[in-house]
Amino acid sequence: MNRSFAESTARERLHALLDAGSFEEILGPGARVVSPHLALLGVPSAFDDGVVVGRATLSAQPVLVAAQEGAFMGGGVGEVHGAKLVGLFQRALLEKPAAVLVLAESGGVRLHEANAGLIAVSEVMRALLDVRAQGIAVAMLIGGENGCFGGMGLIARCADVVVMSDIGRLSMSGPEVIESSHGVEEFDARDRALVWRTTGGKHRYLMGDCDVLVDDDVAAFRSAAIAALPAAHALSLESLEREHAMLGARIADFGHCRDSADIWQAMGVHQPMAVAELDAQGVRDLQTDCAKELA
Amino acid sequence: MNWQDVVGGLFGSAHTVVRTGDLLSGTGVVDGQTVAVIGTTDHAPIGVELALAQARCVLDTVKNHPGRAIVLLVDTQGQRLRYRDEMLGINRYMAHMACCVALARQRGHRVIGLVYDQALSGGFITSGLMADACYALPEAEIRVMRLPAMARVTKISEARLEQLAQSNPVFAPGVENFVAMGGIRALWRGDLAAQLALALTDAPQHDERAADGAQRGGRQLAAAVAQRVRTEAGAVMPVA
Repeated sequence: MNRSFAESTARERLHALLDAGSFEEILGPGARVVSPHLALLGVPSAFDDGVVVGRATLSAQPVLVAAQEGAFMGGGVGEVHGAKLVGLFQRALLEKPAAVLVLAESGGVRLHEANAGLIAVSEVMRALLDVRAQGIAVAMLIGGENGCFGGMGLIARCADVVVMSDIGRLSMSGPEVIESSHGVEEFDARDRALVWRTTGGKHRYLMGDCDVLVDDDVAAFRSAAIAALPAAHALSLESLEREHAMLGARIADFGHCRDSADIWQAMGVHQPMAVAELDAQGVRDLQTDCAKELA
Repeated sequence: MNWQDVVGGLFGSAHTVVRTGDLLSGTGVVDGQTVAVIGTTDHAPIGVELALAQARCVLDTVKNHPGRAIVLLVDTQGQRLRYRDEMLGINRYMAHMACCVALARQRGHRVIGLVYDQALSGGFITSGLMADACYALPEAEIRVMRLPAMARVTKISEARLEQLAQSNPVFAPGVENFVAMGGIRALWRGDLAAQLALALTDAPQHDERAADGAQRGGRQLAAAVAQRVRTEAGAVMPVA
């Protein structure tokens, strides 16, 4: 049964992704732990502060999971929301699950709680990296309409594995922030093709910032998550030197490009503008062709 | 305070810190101990190159000077807001810098951050906020985003945001709010060298910032919520 990941709520995604009936929510809506800051702004709060956390099994393996609800304030990270993520990673150090899965959908720091959100993001990054240091895999699943931006874009690239659909986006600053700072010629936030070409799953997959590209289907995300379970690798000097060399080469090879399509062309994609029509398998095949060509 | 005065205050003349573009790098001697100095100046926008350059300095310290403490000098307006940086994946470059700091800490390097002028958004998250502890000068300004851009994204008028910034710790750019929230361990006034020497001996191994936020009153829920998620039993949910 094909269920769209993008059109599902955070809880629907978890129920469809995890082993049936295995999900136990921690500090759920019943606990009514809401943001202490939003009332001051006259902004409605949520009983789970926009993130679902809990325990479950995936292919019979114990996992800890978090799923951000993009419908609540764009999945923004506030004080309580961030603390639930920190607590989940800290729990992983105690319970030693096979993996921690984060279904990330967020604009980053919740600007209504700016300072608290900023600190929380760094606390999540620290806790996440402590978990990886214990050999526990951390995977990010990104396929919601709001994408994964700002502080969550940083958190995502601290994980072992990033899984995306082509609907998902992964970036640092939102196009509208760039446009409001340097004008529409710098980045036209209303040009959806440009926005997805620059921050979407296909571009990130071709660049290597998304490890697994799937269609917008929860079953596809499930199998990608299962495949990611053994992917744990702690940070090491060697792994960070490899990462450093790759990131340096990326600037050398593509730093002069004016548009993502130029990068794809430089990678050996003959019809860059046709990429938009391809499904996940089409893009995966494209990458193997490019790799062959460059090898 | 400009970077030369900060470095002078920390190390006197016993330092080799130089500026290369917006990058600060070199060493300094404090309390008889050589430390690595890495940072940015001139409210540096962090683009892919500058993120990589800082990461290079951290990796070189880990590789060539095992155990040497690292001081991160922070003056940044946050990530550079350009199409090119997003096209190339600035989030990966900045996360790489954060991971290099984490690796240094995991390998026993103490890392102390000092915000000496501005610290905004991702540029601060991936430098000072990844340290064992981050300090600030009283005149420092820490903020998530400039108000015009924030107004556009939150759809709250700039006037309302200005008003909130006066009174509400979650909003106000003043550095003392970050001390109250535990994000900044303390402010440094007067003898910078003495306070750096003390900070190097007092670097917390675990992340105490949520606990500090609760104890100081700036973040009253973060530590308690994390603790509940860490320890409470889960509840089986009826299938939606």
